[in-house]
Amino acid sequence: MKEIFAFIQKAFRHIFRDRRTTLIVLVMPIVQIILFGFAISTEVHNAVVDVVGDPGDPVVRNIIDRIDNNKYLSIGEFHNSPSEAEVRIRKGKAKAFLCFESDFDKKFSSQGKAVIQIVSDGSDPNSAQIVMNYIKGVLQSSQVEFSERMFGVGTTSMRPNVQLMYNPAMNSSYNFVPGVMGLILMLICSMMTAVSIVEEKEMGTMELVLVSPVKPFWIILSKLIPYLFLSLINFVSVLLLAHYVMEVPIRGSLTLLSFSALIFVGSSLGLGLLVSVISKTQQTAMLLCGMGLTMPTMLLSGIIFPCESMPVALQVLSDFIPAKWFIIIVKKIMIQGVGLQEIAKELTVLSGMAVFLLWVSVKNFKTRL
Amino acid sequence: MDKDIKSIEVRDLVKKFGDFTAVNDISFHVFKGEIFGFLGANGAGKTTAMRILCGQSHPTSGEGSVAGFSIVNEQEKIKKHIGYMSQKFSLYPDLKVWENIELFGGIYGLSDKQIAEKTESMLKALDMEKAKDMYVSDIPLGWKQKLAFSIAMVHDPEIVFLDEPTGGVDPVTRRSFWELIYKAASTGVTVFVTTHYMDEAEYCDRVSVMVDGRIEALGSPAELKGRYEAKDMDEVFTKIAGRR
Repeated sequence: MKEIFAFIQKAFRHIFRDRRTTLIVLVMPIVQIILFGFAISTEVHNAVVDVVGDPGDPVVRNIIDRIDNNKYLSIGEFHNSPSEAEVRIRKGKAKAFLCFESDFDKKFSSQGKAVIQIVSDGSDPNSAQIVMNYIKGVLQSSQVEFSERMFGVGTTSMRPNVQLMYNPAMNSSYNFVPGVMGLILMLICSMMTAVSIVEEKEMGTMELVLVSPVKPFWIILSKLIPYLFLSLINFVSVLLLAHYVMEVPIRGSLTLLSFSALIFVGSSLGLGLLVSVISKTQQTAMLLCGMGLTMPTMLLSGIIFPCESMPVALQVLSDFIPAKWFIIIVKKIMIQGVGLQEIAKELTVLSGMAVFLLWVSVKNFKTRL
Repeated sequence: MDKDIKSIEVRDLVKKFGDFTAVNDISFHVFKGEIFGFLGANGAGKTTAMRILCGQSHPTSGEGSVAGFSIVNEQEKIKKHIGYMSQKFSLYPDLKVWENIELFGGIYGLSDKQIAEKTESMLKALDMEKAKDMYVSDIPLGWKQKLAFSIAMVHDPEIVFLDEPTGGVDPVTRRSFWELIYKAASTGVTVFVTTHYMDEAEYCDRVSVMVDGRIEALGSPAELKGRYEAKDMDEVFTKIAGRR
């Protein structure tokens, strides 16, 4: 037992002696959460909408006021022709503009029919879509109100009452926090483990250690424990930041969340070990972790793009990424607040992956050295 | 040297990797307290043979014993009774001198008290007491090699394996490194050393020369020089290894 302790102590010395790396490892998660949480936001706030039409027209006036009162939209300038408004979009001053037919009020009340054109900046399709939807929503509700006023309540009109469960304010941090948590834990555990083991191979110290009577299994374990410890610190700091700064709720059991994180860390350590078994140099290990693990995780685990909208082949591929399952679990526990029963499937898959990865890498560890 | 006790004994040792025969039926023995030079060109099979002796690799066929334990099925026991120092410098550069001693003392199961005593006596013997708190990366190469040798001996092994221990240092430093080896051998420790430096081969009690997986010659430096009518070991080596 003393042998193992000597090893673990040594591994901790390695980590904390390299101050720069330690700092990066401990600060990186915080920076990432802040970046993802604040800077990289898919929400649209105060999008400027210009108007082409007669501001004196009562119906136009009514609609414009409604748009201006919407917290996601604000009215910019009034123009006499669409070409002027186009210039504003080209300059990036406005996100969209509305074109009201002339004599809007008159046509609307006499014929019951008037045309509004919505033009938005398609060079950024995502936010254009969102702005359009907001405008359409405003128009729809004013239409319902106008027709009620003109023809009385009780005429056939559908009024959708939309409610977003769990996230009524549509905070994108509800999506990013679980994603970043998965990404960070994976990055720390797999890359750091792989690099530190390969470094010992390169220096030749691994050879020395393997000649010693200590069993390879214990050598591996002593290499993993410090990174387990580091990822624990990261897990706690991300969770604190998410809860108190990003105001992401933790509705489910914290114990269950921590347990799932532990399983996920196990699978990531397994991946790291596997990389270290394959790679001969630190560069290879870094590249494999960066391109082979981080990139696919970013793209396929549902952090940025929802898995459901991927082609079937990619969906199948994404099933093999441990982070995907972990992120689903985190979302379910933190945001939906469900218990063990609802995450049983995901947790089983994740545990299976962890056991498989650790088993394969430990088995191949010595023979490939 | 004690010629009644054989520290290492190998008979008909073969190691194959697929079709390639790295070690081709070698047999030899090393006496207790002997300094045994294991020579050969690059790729002659030295490292493979040495790995088997250190309990790191299984022989394809043949048998043998190291420190009284079988190389076929008692590898874990062998590991406890040997010391090993590799050709690449193998201490942890980002650990301090005393931390390296503590680590390897710990790995070989020494108690805290033993480690403390060893650290003190080792540093005193090496005249490195002032370097105790220095990082290994900051001390000169010659010191590192002496320290690595002493650390390989931290658990008082019966045999110490040195794989090209003096690579990259000047002849004066090499000379003082060999003084350590002599001192160890004089206390009954068997020294098994591979080297590329033929002046070092002269320091050995006996040397073997491996060519293409076989031991082509084995004897004391004086015997070999006589047999091959050479003025020094350099010439002996060239005549044996360059013959094919």
